[in-house]
Formats: sequence, structure tokens, C-alpha cells
Amino acid sequence: MRNLFAFLAGGLFGTGLYVSGMTDTSKVQGWLDVFGAWDPTLAFVMGGAMIPMAIAWLIVERAKAPVAGGSFPAKPSPKLGRNLILGSTLFGMGWGLAGLCPGPAIASLSYNGLGGVVFVIAMGLGMLATPALRSRLDRAVPAE
Amino acid sequence: MPMDWILGLLGGLLIGTGGAVYLLFNGRIMGASGIIGGLVDGSGRDTAAERISFLAAVFLLPLVLTPLFGRVDTHLTSNFVVIAIAGLLVGVGTRFANGCTSGHGVCGISRLSLRGIVATVFYILAGGLTVALFREILGVI
Repeated sequence: MRNLFAFLAGGLFGTGLYVSGMTDTSKVQGWLDVFGAWDPTLAFVMGGAMIPMAIAWLIVERAKAPVAGGSFPAKPSPKLGRNLILGSTLFGMGWGLAGLCPGPAIASLSYNGLGGVVFVIAMGLGMLATPALRSRLDRAVPAE
Repeated sequence: MPMDWILGLLGGLLIGTGGAVYLLFNGRIMGASGIIGGLVDGSGRDTAAERISFLAAVFLLPLVLTPLFGRVDTHLTSNFVVIAIAGLLVGVGTRFANGCTSGHGVCGISRLSLRGIVATVFYILAGGLTVALFREILGVI
């Protein structure tokens, strides 16, 4: 059942990315391009997505356990930390350069040409390299 | 323009509903980078099946929808060097930060997570400065 629910969630996510136009890199770069032709569409997408999610978090506070068993995620940590800031900055740079983030990169894979495939491979390599990079950085500059 | 905003809002509602399903049924946060990253580096081996099910649907639904509603032009740059660097930065950055637009942005901010809010501020600032530098000043993207 977990796989079926995951497929349903992924289908809604993929359809939402397609409908909202978020697989169009010009809309993402347009949102980031505050000194150029600014496009606010992304704010509508984020705002729209927050509504069902906020309701879901309210339900989580009252519910005992997820429908398919297991437990709900732990309360968010208040710790920020170097990795969060460094990682988000690097991610933002890549997001701005190509106008793609992980979800839309997968959603658009079937119609994004060879470039879309190259992006996903490079992203996967970056993800694969991260545990080693992180431990190197921790050794060089211990995080508090 | 306003039509794009309406479709954006509608698509956003679908994205958020997907996140709500993943949270309420499977008890998991719908973060694309975490779902992919756990498969790539093996840290999510125990939950590989639901990760693959999720990603298969993310890939398949647009594939099925494009012939019905017309192809979406993605306007992706044809500069493969830029694409490869961007992909590496997105891969490394989201794993260092432990989240991306869906995990920190949609799922984090909607529960008022400080980490989600701070991450989103930083990736939007970094993205904005990157586009300002490479598009508005250097004119290369």
C-alpha cells in the first residue's frame, strides 16, 4: 500500500509541476530575475502548495499515526548550522543557472531533451559525492 | 499573464495535495532531493520501493499529459557546460542542506520550520544574485 500511496503522491506532484508551468525554466529564472522581467508565477505555486500542506500538518498534530503505519516526522529542529546555509546557497546558484530544481528535473525528463538528462546525471553525481565532501569539510572546519 | 498565475495556483494546490498524501498516508516529508538522494547514496535503501514509486509517477504523469495538453516548452539552455555545473550545484547543495524547494520550501514553511524558512531565504537570494550576475550583467544565461 505504501508504494501505491507514494505513486499517488508522486502523480499529484508531477501533475502539479506540469500544470503550474514549473518545468519551464524561464518561469523559474523569471521569478529570480528581479532586476529584469520579473515573473511572480512561482509565488502562486508556492502559495497554492502551502494550503493543503498546512492543513495536513494540522491533521498530523491530532492524528496518532500515518494511515499506512509507521510514525510521523519528528518536530523540526531549531538548529540551523553551516551545512544548511552552505547547501542552500549552492543549491540556489544551480537553481538560478539552469532554472531547474530536483522535482521539475524529474517531471520534465521526458520532454526536456538531452540537456534535461545531462542535468539529472550531474545532479545525481553531486548527490553521490556529497557524503564524502561533507566529511572532508567536517574534518577541515569542524561544525561547532 | 494572470492565466499563468491561475495555473500556478492550481498546480500548487496539486503539489501540496501530493505532499499531504505522502505525509498523512506514509508519514514522510515530500522532498524531491531527499527522495532521490536517498536512492543515489544508498541511505534510503530500506524505503527504496516507495521512493521509486514516487519518482516513477513524477516522471510518468507529465509524460502522459504532454500529448493530451500539448508540450510544455522548458526553455532549458543549450549550453551543456552551464547545465552540468548547475546540476552538480543542485545535487551537492540540496544534500548539504538536506532539502530543496519541495522539502524545505513547501513542506518546511507550511509547518513554520525555521530551517525551512532560512533555507528558502538563502536559495532564493543565491538564485536571485546568480540570475542578476549571469543574465543581467554578464548576459550568458
